[in-house]
Amino acid sequence: MSSNFNVVTSQDYKYGFVTEIEADSAPPGLSEDTIRFISAKKGEPDWLLEFRLKAYRHWQTMAEPDWAKVSYSRPDFQSIVYYSAPKQKTPKYASMDEVDPELKRTFEKLGVPINEQAALAGVAVDVVFDSVSVTTTYKEKLATVGIIFCSFSEAVREHPDLIQRYLGSVVPASDNFYAALNSAVFTDGSFVFIPKGVACPMDLSTYFRINNKDSGQFERTLIVAEEGASVSYLEGCTAPQFDTNQLHAAVVELVALDRASIKYSTVQNWYAGDKNGLGGIYNFVTKRGLCKGVASHISWTQVETGSAITWKYPSCILLGDDSIGEFYSVALTNHKQQADTGTKMVHIGRNTKSTIISKGISAGDSSNSYRGLVKVQPRAEGARNFSQCDSMLIGSTCSASTFPYIEVQNRSARVEHEATTSKIGEEQLFYFQQRGIPTEEAISMIINGFCKDVFRELPMEFAVEATKLLSLKLEGSVG
Amino acid sequence: MLSIKNLTASINGTPVLKGIDLEIKAGEIHAIMGPNGSGKSTLGKVLAGHPAYEVTGGEVLFEGRDLFSLAADERARAGLFMGFQHPIEVPGVSNASFLRLAYNKKAEAEGRDELDPLEFDDFIHEKIKLVAMREEFLDRSLNEGFSGGEKKRNEILQMAVLEPKLAILDELDSGLDIDALRVLGDAVNRLQRPDRALLIITHFPRILETIQPHYVHVLSGGRILKSSGKELALELEERGYDWVLEASAAGGAR
Repeated sequence: MSSNFNVVTSQDYKYGFVTEIEADSAPPGLSEDTIRFISAKKGEPDWLLEFRLKAYRHWQTMAEPDWAKVSYSRPDFQSIVYYSAPKQKTPKYASMDEVDPELKRTFEKLGVPINEQAALAGVAVDVVFDSVSVTTTYKEKLATVGIIFCSFSEAVREHPDLIQRYLGSVVPASDNFYAALNSAVFTDGSFVFIPKGVACPMDLSTYFRINNKDSGQFERTLIVAEEGASVSYLEGCTAPQFDTNQLHAAVVELVALDRASIKYSTVQNWYAGDKNGLGGIYNFVTKRGLCKGVASHISWTQVETGSAITWKYPSCILLGDDSIGEFYSVALTNHKQQADTGTKMVHIGRNTKSTIISKGISAGDSSNSYRGLVKVQPRAEGARNFSQCDSMLIGSTCSASTFPYIEVQNRSARVEHEATTSKIGEEQLFYFQQRGIPTEEAISMIINGFCKDVFRELPMEFAVEATKLLSLKLEGSVG
Repeated sequence: MLSIKNLTASINGTPVLKGIDLEIKAGEIHAIMGPNGSGKSTLGKVLAGHPAYEVTGGEVLFEGRDLFSLAADERARAGLFMGFQHPIEVPGVSNASFLRLAYNKKAEAEGRDELDPLEFDDFIHEKIKLVAMREEFLDRSLNEGFSGGEKKRNEILQMAVLEPKLAILDELDSGLDIDALRVLGDAVNRLQRPDRALLIITHFPRILETIQPHYVHVLSGGRILKSSGKELALELEERGYDWVLEASAAGGAR
């Protein structure tokens, strides 16, 4: 018997394989020529090339942010491949039969249903492999009710007016260092448009896969819900296991008009690096939703388990009166992982409400920080916020921090913040063991109890996945 | 059932048990008494397998098996139960699901059928009557916000669910009022059977009026100084512990 916590290796990352596939790539490095290359590859209109170049020029004047509680060697932006696509004869697969069998096998192995017959009932999927969207399922069926769900590139070709209207309207190209970089070099992503009064009949989902060792992934997601529309959107991601770091700098923009509702759920399982911190994804993501209309509603739910470094603050701008923003987050870090994640709730409209529930779990030598801003602007009469930020430590070599920022400029606002830190310690585990419950099951039960308030916000299949994923990630963390 | 021979144990290098000998047979009730800091609770934790303690010598056989070859959870599934002095709180884990998992782990180990949530619901509703626990406590988070008495009630409920061969009850009486003590004492008596044994660890003799022991042992300084029948408990109540300690000191250390 020993009183020491032994941090041993966690379960092998089962998505760490590489697909051998011929790729059509840009040479590494970033310049205006790279951007023109990407834009030409995609046959983009001039206004979009201009958008990119403007973003690039602005990006060159910006410095990489250093305020987050993470430390890493800065990416060398000149060694990254900004465009990498599986080679194909036509710009978009006309049918599933044309998709490279190797690619199909990859997604089968990942458990992503890209074949409609084999698909999960009620989930439409857009599949993004490195820089391009491979396929989108259920597109025709959704089109019958006026819903547009397609790759970003296709949206630029087929629905340029909508893209021009909304692109950059929530996250301006100059917003921050990584958003500017993304705006300059983004290659693909998903576009969702739910027309007025339509409740999307199925969950929509995008699955992101980074395969190329040297490529960054810079995708863009734009979701627009018109008056009275509603949609639930899921996002999943994995990457192969490499000794080097890959950069993932995405931008997600959500726009909700009057009484529209968007629910955005993420299970992030990018490769986290090995237990010594070698390799893994740098996940530098800007996600923001604009509650533009009255009584609109945007809800973010995230389960962050992967990536070497996470820098991510899904936020809500509550512009419309009576609009509601929500952020539910579980962030788990193990070994040498570092996460600095949280949200921003900006109350602009009257009687706007926001809820923040954040659960951070740190194990191994990891560092896990919650950083959140609640801002109530002068006009936001009657604004309310409730924040709960709980941290759980496993072992004694990890750290958890909470950085809440609260700025209130309206006296009628009510802002509540609660925070707790707990530790899965010997006493808790011993109690479970004394009742005949083995350590691994005890940890799983304690963690799931800790995360319950977030998991119940996830769609059913995702909640089951998330529960399994957390147990897997923590396997062997406490001995 | 339990045979302890010259058991020594330490925590962070400091010896706390300095040679314990104890035989407990099926059907017997033993009480370990002693002043605070005597090592009574340590004995319970060492037997249950608490990771903070290191066994430095001696031997313990539980039903003929080397107890220390089993991990804490294996000991529990083999029928060793400890009622905690301070049960921990676990937010978000419902009492009922915890109880069911514990029950099913033991059932699995014994080759019995596991119970699904509905079957367990029927099962547990019978059990809570024994400890007069209100139903709402099943749906609440494990021990979270429970009063001291409610936590102890929950410990005895777990004992009733797991039906251990040997139950070690550490300071069951602390935090209990007279009525609750009687209810739980009666529950423990009703759970006792000829093939089971009890080890009651207590500072105060009061609980031994309800749960009457066959043997009383006085533990101090990591050793058992005196063993006798239940009349010893009455004597301790009247005279305190000092005379035992003094008599032992006069007799010289063993």
